[in-house]
Amino acid sequence: MSTDKETSGTSANWLKSRRKFLADMARTACGVGLFGLAVGLYAEKSRALPPTALRPPGALPENDFLAACVRCGICVRDCPYDILKLATLGEEVATGTPYFTARTGPCEMCEDIPCIVNCPTGALDTGLKDIAKARMGLAVVVDHESCIAFQGLRCEICFNTCPVRGKAIKLEYRANKRSGKHALFVPVVYSGDCTGCGLCEKACILEAAAIKVLPIALARGALGHHYRLGWEQQGEAGRPLVTPDQEHRYNLPDGVHYEHSGRGLVVDEPAAPAPGAGDTPFSSNPLDTLNRGIGGAK
Amino acid sequence: MSLSRRDFIKANAVAAAAATAGVAVPAAPVLAAEDDTGIRWDKTACRFCGTGCSVLVGVKDGRVVATQGDPDAPVNRGLNCIKGYFLTKIMYGQDRLTKPLLRKKNGAFAKDGDFEEVSWDEAFTVMADKWKAALKAKGPTSVGMFGSGQWTLWEGYAASKLIKGGFRSNNLDPNARHCMASAVGAFMRAFGIDEPMGCYDDLEHADAFVLWGANMAEMHPILWSRLTNTRLTKPGCEVHVLSTFENRCFELADNGIVFVPQTDLAITNYIANYIIQNEAYNKDFVENHVNFNKTATDIGYGLRPEHPLEQKAANPGKGKFEKVGFEEFARLVEPYTLDYTAELSGVPKDQLEKLARAYADPKKKVSSYWTMGFNQHSRGVWVNGNVYNIHLLMGKISEPGNGPFSLTGQPSACGTAREVGTFAHRLPADLVVGKDAHRAFAEKTWKLPEGTINPEVGFHAVLMHRKMKDGELNCYWQQCNNNMQAAANMNDESYPGWRNPDNFVTVSDPYPTVSAMAADLILPTAMWAEKEGAYGNAERRTQFWRQQVKAPGESRSDAWQTMEFAKYFTVEEVWPEELIAKMPEYRGKTLYDVLFANGQVDKFPYEGKIVDDRGNEYANDESEYFGYYVQKGLFEEYRLFNSAADIPKKGHEMAEFDAYHKNRGLRWPVINGKETLWRFRGGYDPHVEGDETVVRFYGNADGRANVIFAPYEPPAESPDDEFDLWLCTGRVLEHWHSGSMTRRVPELYRAVPDAVVYMNPKDARKRRLRDGSKVTVSTRRGELVTRVETRGRNRPPEGLVFVPWFDASRLVNKLTLDATDPLSKETDYKKCACKVEKA
Amino acid sequence: MVTPLKDLGKDAIAVKGWFGAHKWLLLRRATQVGILVLFLIGPWAGLWLLKGNLAASTVLDTVPLTDPLLVLQMLAAGFVGLASTALLGAAIVAVFYVLVGGRAYCSWVCPVNIVTDGAHWLRRRLDIRQSARLKPSARWWMLGLTLVVSAATGTLAFELVNPVSMLHRGLIFGIGIGWAVIAAIFLFDLFVARHGWCGHLCPMGAFYGLLGSASLVRVRADGRDNCDDCMECYEVCPEPQVIPPAVKSAAAGGSPVILSGACTNCGRCIDICPNDVYAFGLRGRALVTPRPLPADHPRNSAPGFASNVQDDRKIA
Repeated sequence: MSTDKETSGTSANWLKSRRKFLADMARTACGVGLFGLAVGLYAEKSRALPPTALRPPGALPENDFLAACVRCGICVRDCPYDILKLATLGEEVATGTPYFTARTGPCEMCEDIPCIVNCPTGALDTGLKDIAKARMGLAVVVDHESCIAFQGLRCEICFNTCPVRGKAIKLEYRANKRSGKHALFVPVVYSGDCTGCGLCEKACILEAAAIKVLPIALARGALGHHYRLGWEQQGEAGRPLVTPDQEHRYNLPDGVHYEHSGRGLVVDEPAAPAPGAGDTPFSSNPLDTLNRGIGGAK
Repeated sequence: MSLSRRDFIKANAVAAAAATAGVAVPAAPVLAAEDDTGIRWDKTACRFCGTGCSVLVGVKDGRVVATQGDPDAPVNRGLNCIKGYFLTKIMYGQDRLTKPLLRKKNGAFAKDGDFEEVSWDEAFTVMADKWKAALKAKGPTSVGMFGSGQWTLWEGYAASKLIKGGFRSNNLDPNARHCMASAVGAFMRAFGIDEPMGCYDDLEHADAFVLWGANMAEMHPILWSRLTNTRLTKPGCEVHVLSTFENRCFELADNGIVFVPQTDLAITNYIANYIIQNEAYNKDFVENHVNFNKTATDIGYGLRPEHPLEQKAANPGKGKFEKVGFEEFARLVEPYTLDYTAELSGVPKDQLEKLARAYADPKKKVSSYWTMGFNQHSRGVWVNGNVYNIHLLMGKISEPGNGPFSLTGQPSACGTAREVGTFAHRLPADLVVGKDAHRAFAEKTWKLPEGTINPEVGFHAVLMHRKMKDGELNCYWQQCNNNMQAAANMNDESYPGWRNPDNFVTVSDPYPTVSAMAADLILPTAMWAEKEGAYGNAERRTQFWRQQVKAPGESRSDAWQTMEFAKYFTVEEVWPEELIAKMPEYRGKTLYDVLFANGQVDKFPYEGKIVDDRGNEYANDESEYFGYYVQKGLFEEYRLFNSAADIPKKGHEMAEFDAYHKNRGLRWPVINGKETLWRFRGGYDPHVEGDETVVRFYGNADGRANVIFAPYEPPAESPDDEFDLWLCTGRVLEHWHSGSMTRRVPELYRAVPDAVVYMNPKDARKRRLRDGSKVTVSTRRGELVTRVETRGRNRPPEGLVFVPWFDASRLVNKLTLDATDPLSKETDYKKCACKVEKA
Repeated sequence: MVTPLKDLGKDAIAVKGWFGAHKWLLLRRATQVGILVLFLIGPWAGLWLLKGNLAASTVLDTVPLTDPLLVLQMLAAGFVGLASTALLGAAIVAVFYVLVGGRAYCSWVCPVNIVTDGAHWLRRRLDIRQSARLKPSARWWMLGLTLVVSAATGTLAFELVNPVSMLHRGLIFGIGIGWAVIAAIFLFDLFVARHGWCGHLCPMGAFYGLLGSASLVRVRADGRDNCDDCMECYEVCPEPQVIPPAVKSAAAGGSPVILSGACTNCGRCIDICPNDVYAFGLRGRALVTPRPLPADHPRNSAPGFASNVQDDRKIA
């Protein structure tokens, strides 16, 4: 190390020390610059959160999060279930940032969201008041072959475990064509309600979970900007976007009618015999009897 | 359904995306990596619920290495629920018991000693000394056995024979007493013969399903998928679900009804009234096949006689009913108007009417299903009967798609608990100890001296605990269940009874359960595929399996234990001289000689192995030990009760032993090798002559079924100012009963680790509780600490909470009330008053 | 008279006793460990006096504390929606260090200090003389770099590798292979460069040095007349270049106060000096009156300081 005060009376010495000063300067700049480059590259690499690591609820989008999270670990301390962890050097998650792993420790979705309350920087958005609105990731049934519900076994543990009950995961009933008399209870995830808490992935009883919580960006597709789903637009508007048709009339033989927006061609049922015509005192349409009410009083 | 090509591509695309993103997706399914060569496959019945799914068990190197749903089984067609999926793992918990364990101090038995390993001989010697002392001091009623609807047929049969024929005690009751005793009582009262008339094929033939307190979606998962399939594929099919809280069945319900606990009595009467008022009843059927009756009322709650509620009751325990005629019956149900019923039950009128219309519509085939909501009910027999009333009024019974069907919870509640007669009042094949002719037939069949069988009904499950606490029942042997975790009011009744120093309690179990912890002697038990077995499911289907593997260590099956224990008693030690004098040839013989080496049970030789039709060889440890084909001998002797020419009660006929090993179950009555699908109807039932227009309820002498009016009466305990919530208990899909097997499966434990208290969010808020808050749930009898679940699968209405009972670390039976149906003696686990406070 | 290395601190011990000669060192270590304990007592005993770590924390779940340098990095990274909690916390921390001396953070709080002090101690014990030529100004480059990489990546990039936060966080939350970085710093300081990390590279030191250049609490050399040029303070000082302007400027009428922001207020000079040259005081006022040297003190007959000023140890 040389001190800056090392100046000499002679111009040769002055030149020499000035050259040395500049060289030192350049050396430091290069060294620090190279270090900076390495840090920058490492930062770019760390930006890619591994798909198994999920941020706590209310986390800003990953890029903002990495700018905002000071790695203080207050969220880790405030998690009552101890599922959050600060990444250590060498993990794929940016060093020091909080994350959880669905399969081993999913978010229990506390109603009061204690983990974000004391976040000093806003990396976890304290504006999130309803845990059901958290979007930590998105559950995806990634393997339809190993998920035993797709085979007709009665599992549905993901559905049973889901805290956004009946909304984030719904069971879709399908006929089991193989068995011929059983139904399939197929779990389907709805991105509009899935918080990505990971309870389903933890609960999955397979050796490797068939339902996994993935980062939303990885899990979701996107409809082309040029296309709209007609029925959804109509539903949102509450009316057709274009005036509906006038009433349609058709050339038809007797005994059939045609429903324009219903079943299409319909063969009318033959008229029912008059009540009392049969061998019981009842109309063939039980509703005639039933709708009379008890004792006619009601 | 096979995976379509498009699904396959989609699935793989996601997998590929996941893989590139770094998610570990195994290239091949992990399980398939296991080497499948050399696995021996054979059929068994699933170990769990009453559905009776058939399962293929794969054995390699003496270990069950895999299972699969049996694709050729008509019940499940290759499917399983999540418990069935893990059958492989239930036998291999880390803490299997492998040696008898006796409480000892200084080398001798001591009630307050610590468990020490002992030999079977020491275990049985100590136990037999205790039993002999009790028998000598207080007679046959001082010993008893508590069995199970999870026993195999012959285990139950052997126990029945030993306790009733050997010890001359009728203190034998199964845990089915907690499960479907009410259904039995109502079947007997209405039809004079036990078990449903229909079968699972009703699930495909009905137009409307009504679930009365049956959470089939979780408790009978495979049946639910059949019901769901019918609902999806049959136009106009409707599903009505009644429960005291919203459960998973409500997801499919067209009419989901949440009613105030106990008011199902009123709702059933309202429907009967509706049918009569609208003249929708089937006049022809009513005239020809039905008697109208009314039952004695104000019958108490099956509590101890000194309890104020019993003192107050006018007719405690009275089950008598009297004939009244149709007009009187109509008058009796008349008060159950829509207004009154809606007011009482809290159910909107339109929902009640929709339900009533489904029953009253003559064109709709209606199947009613119920389980514990009806059976674990302080008026269980009544409310079961009320549904029969509705079906009988409409004549919607005993034909495809039409019928009342009590689902059983346990794999062999029908087969073992009911059919082989392990109840305190029963003998095999619907015979009862109270009837002289029945006892005489049993004594003759068992080759016992006349008068051997005690004519007095024994102690039922709840009474056993009371009698143990009171010191009147001193020797108690529990097999194949976990009553210390099940029986209600544990703190006041069960535990004090078991730990009463006068008593000696033996528990046979594969695992250290709560019961085992409270016992004096623990016997390690072979389970499920470790023995040759047979179960009878809810649709009267009897299923057999062979022993697939050896039990670990010194574990022995319940049948072996029962038969071996009989060797420790000579007839002189247990029978009075006048009885022996009637058959002096038994002098000096052991109970084993008399009961099992009797020329009937030991009739079939055992050649050292069991060989199936494919040439595979199986061990049979009991037969190896006793020297004859034990299971066949027991079953064939049992058949003398249901299939011999001179049987007192027809209708339970079964096929020969060997036939069952060749089939995935047969539905009794089996006559000439033919199964019976629907009973009491000509063409379907061999006991009814004529075509399918002919109906005959041949269980009753006059061939008619009994419609029995039973009114609404309030429950034993209702919420009040202090204990302000209803407490309902029950099961979850993932765990079987007390969890002693399923909680040892890591995946199931991980999926549902602890029992939580399911609560309405509004109730939680009122108590300043949140989802996940730690709370104390308490009743007048005890308390437990758990967490609040407001978002779970069960959605109670305000004022009711639900706690499952699988969790050994949260014993909800400390909280439950030991009030029972006074007729069926079945505990009402579905309603008592509790409070929930922040812990 | 220059004290040989092996006798370092002996005079001070002789005059003040062992504890007297290590008073500030012990206090510092106690503080450093105490702060860690305060953070750990929460997870250990459920007593949440301090929650978080040095990057940000809360005192008793109410008062926020934030590292102001991190706030600057966040702003550089373009995160402007910063919660006011963080700003308030940063302000509290900044004001505190302006009062007690910016780099008091380095010597009284930072856990890396223990590591680098350890390296320095071992360096002396092993008599390792050689050291790479690093310019103390490198830390300014590093400070600039932390902001530049934040701006360039839009993230708190330096936090990925920052050994200071890594060690502190690691001690409280688990460190993983972060030990390797700490070991690297230790070895770097031991074998490569004397006071290499803390004295030359650490951008946090640089930042807190900036705060410290205005700080109130100071080491003062009010007893500089007592100096006998034993050079022990230079030997122990992590930033020895800060000493001469205070101690050797009496003739030029310079202030006896050590004014450089680089001074860490560690107090080792106070401990090591047998002649009470140094004491803590305020920027404008001495709090301790220096004790005059006894008449028989060798200082009174020893050669002047000037002849020793070129001693290579000073710049080694």
